[in-house]
Amino acid sequence: MTLFKKLIAGLSISFFLISNTSAVESQDPIKLTLHDWTGQHITTNIMAEVLKEAGYNIELIQADYIAQFAGLQTGDLHVAMEMWETTGRDAIDEYTPDGRVVNVGSTGMDAIEEWWYPSYMKDVCPGLPNWEVLNECAEAFSTMETAPMGRYLGGPVTWGGFDDERVEALGLDWEVIHAGTDAALFAELESAYQRKDPIMLWVYAPHWAPSKFDGEFVDFPAYTTECYTDPSWGINPDSAYDCGKPRGPIWKIASSQLKDKWPGAYDAVEAFNISNDEMGKMVAEVDLDGKALEDVVSNWMSSNSSRWQSWIK
Amino acid sequence: MNKKTFFFSQQKNIFIIFVFLTAFISIYGKSFLKNSDLFWAFKYPKNFIIPLKTYISSFMKWLVESANFGLFTFKELTRAISWCIEIPYKFVLSLIAKGFYQGQGSQAVLLLSPISWMAIVIIMTIIAIKLNDIKLAVLTFFSFLYLAVFGQWESSMVTIASIFIAVPFGVLIGLITGIISYKNQTAHKIISPILNLMQTMPVFAYLVPVLVLFGFGPVSALIATIIYALPPMVHTSYLGLKSIDPFIIEAGRMSGCNNRQLLWKVEIPSALSSIKVGINQVIMLSFNMVIIASMIGAGGLGYDVLTSLRKLDIGGGVEAGLAIVIIAIVLDRMSFVFIGSQKIYKNKKMNFFIRNIYFILMICLILITYIGGSFFSIIQSYPSTFFISTSEFWEKSIKHININYYDQLEITKFYILKFFMLPIKKFFLSIPWPWFVLVFTLLGWHYGKFKLAILNFSLLSFIVVNGLWMKAMVTIYLCGASVILACLIGIPLGIWGGLNQRANRILLSITDTLQTLPSFVYLIPVVMLFRVGDFTAMLAVILYSLAPAVKYTIHGIKNVNQEVIDAGIANGCNKRQLLFKIRLPLALPEILLGINQTIMLALSMLVITALVGTRELGQEVYIALTKADIGRGLVAGLCVAFIAIIADNTIKSASKRLKNKYGFI
Repeated sequence: MTLFKKLIAGLSISFFLISNTSAVESQDPIKLTLHDWTGQHITTNIMAEVLKEAGYNIELIQADYIAQFAGLQTGDLHVAMEMWETTGRDAIDEYTPDGRVVNVGSTGMDAIEEWWYPSYMKDVCPGLPNWEVLNECAEAFSTMETAPMGRYLGGPVTWGGFDDERVEALGLDWEVIHAGTDAALFAELESAYQRKDPIMLWVYAPHWAPSKFDGEFVDFPAYTTECYTDPSWGINPDSAYDCGKPRGPIWKIASSQLKDKWPGAYDAVEAFNISNDEMGKMVAEVDLDGKALEDVVSNWMSSNSSRWQSWIK
Repeated sequence: MNKKTFFFSQQKNIFIIFVFLTAFISIYGKSFLKNSDLFWAFKYPKNFIIPLKTYISSFMKWLVESANFGLFTFKELTRAISWCIEIPYKFVLSLIAKGFYQGQGSQAVLLLSPISWMAIVIIMTIIAIKLNDIKLAVLTFFSFLYLAVFGQWESSMVTIASIFIAVPFGVLIGLITGIISYKNQTAHKIISPILNLMQTMPVFAYLVPVLVLFGFGPVSALIATIIYALPPMVHTSYLGLKSIDPFIIEAGRMSGCNNRQLLWKVEIPSALSSIKVGINQVIMLSFNMVIIASMIGAGGLGYDVLTSLRKLDIGGGVEAGLAIVIIAIVLDRMSFVFIGSQKIYKNKKMNFFIRNIYFILMICLILITYIGGSFFSIIQSYPSTFFISTSEFWEKSIKHININYYDQLEITKFYILKFFMLPIKKFFLSIPWPWFVLVFTLLGWHYGKFKLAILNFSLLSFIVVNGLWMKAMVTIYLCGASVILACLIGIPLGIWGGLNQRANRILLSITDTLQTLPSFVYLIPVVMLFRVGDFTAMLAVILYSLAPAVKYTIHGIKNVNQEVIDAGIANGCNKRQLLFKIRLPLALPEILLGINQTIMLALSMLVITALVGTRELGQEVYIALTKADIGRGLVAGLCVAFIAIIADNTIKSASKRLKNKYGFI
């Protein structure tokens, strides 16, 4: 009996949906990818909600950050909401030239990646965040294995970042250790923070860590393209990389099928725009205050309705 | 000729000489050759590296984009295969986890909810009761209850659905391959090296090719799982069939079996106990893959472990990890009893209802819970307000250790690093590669004559010409250091377990847990306590690879022939002498096999330790994975596999020799 009721209900709902949304180009589901960090889940869910409001059929699919490109290329997947300039550049360059994968533009968020330390280290090394005091404080940041050199915990080698080169170019008495994953990276941070022990590591934003832990980024000489390409630029005349890390946009990536099949959805994805601060706040609400992701997203939807309505016009 | 006789007659001396020579070269060689033309012996010149990885990458590209069999393309073929797996998977997934939907994507409408948690808990318990095993029934009941109470239900069902599909496919394909290689010697010769590769190749190495070929999503994860879990099934079914008493086959022939009857009525039933071991292995290995499969879209418990550890929610990771362990152990025990008990109920002659009473009960139960579920949601899904969580406990204990014992841990780590790990590292990294290749070629010759010598030589050369020598050496160092410690811990424990029944039981349950618990669960707490680096990696490898050292030693000690022991006692041995003069020497071949397995596991774990930042072949594979570079991953994966194969072959030949020496078969 209940089954029958459900069937009737289901049919009427789907009829209602179809009649309501006949405006969109195709009722096939648009597949958005989810990766494994909260910020990306929020971005993707907001996009999904907005597209649903426009009448599109949405499916969220779990996929690996880089491996998803294979799926975007074949059209198995359609939209990836966060591809960071800092970590995704190689993949973008590899897959976009033949036109099957398209860069839809910036999300409006900028990725920050830099050396970071907890605030209590300022008591030990008052000159921070100026990078020029790094050598004076190297010993304060050292461990048994690296002493007297300072220990800097870099990101996984796959993230690039040129930290080994940076240490060399700026003549820092620091040793670069690479973590294998970001879980390992933040596990060390959590552990050191509990003990109030010295630590200097690679932190990126938007992420929950800078909101959970009190600390700041080191001020290196600002990045320019010449700094990475031209040795004579900057403090060290013989060497490139004598500056901080680039801060780049977080891109939206889509399969070319999106534009062909759902041009309206493509426009909406292109219009999507959100700021670092908004995102940082939402990530903290989910990861630190333990709010449900759905609630955070629907809060954003209701307080920004004029904004997202302009995306799907 | 002269050299050969010399080599065999004075083998002990020659061993010692070789060890000293190697040490000498390793210590002084580098500084001696630093400025000479011979420095290429330490650093293989870049110009001579063969670009095999680019060849493989472009071959894969061709395969996916343009390979064509006339009627259909290669890609269509692989997509058809994934479709065959996807249909049953989707069905099971809907049935127990997600429910059946009408329509696609967000507009889908629920038609039928999944089977309720209550029904599944009771059904699983009934199955266990039906298998005539009350202990198992109790275990099953509480295990499945755990999944519900700790809020792991839906993820667990997703995981079980994928196991439900992967295991039958793995068993079936494995059995068929085993039968083929049993019936046909040539096929066996082709299949067995491929199996060795499949078993030793790090999973990360073939994830990307599988994704490209079979499309995105859970199906690819299933296929990777099947590839990973298949080899032991082939091995055991082949060995089982091979070791059937020829008289049995003779008897079958005499009573007029044709080939088909002989296979199904005589040979397979006779090999059943081996096949059973194979099935257990497939189940256990499939569970090992849960985490990695979740990285490419399988979802379920593995995904929960990954995400909670990314948030540093250690408790959440532990709970999801334990859920995996629990399901693995229950399913493993069940399959064990099930295959053994099949014959019992087949012969019963009763009327339909009595015979199928359990089955009918289950159907009724499902129907009742469906109807009940639409009135009371508690029947359909366990209410989240009643979830229990131990998260806080785990968090607090790690924090407590971290704050109070960090200094002690740090000092221990420092000494182990300084006096144990770093010397080994230095030793291996300063051996010139031509010397290393030479030593292993000679070693191969010594144990396995010409064939093993050629094998060792060509596999090592492969590593050299692909320019991965340094990373291979770090791999060997890290793996070697871990294996030494794992054996130092594991073998004494194993001896204890072999002599003491209660210790045996405790040790077995610990090793079972360590083997099925996803390593990621303990990797992160270990990083918190010991920081990123080689030491952390080594600890993780030891934890994972300890099990075979313990298990094989227990087995070896226990299985020493009772008559020999009685003879020892009659000769007036005391307990100590009994152990050191009789039990240990006789158990030695078994212990060696245990060490062999420890090495294999250690190597397979190295890829995971790349996640905490080691710089070896595992890292190479991992980099290739994150950059989706098929060729690079496969080449590095092959190098790991080759190291494993060399170690495996050399140790097995050595153990064979020992067996001969002590008069085993």
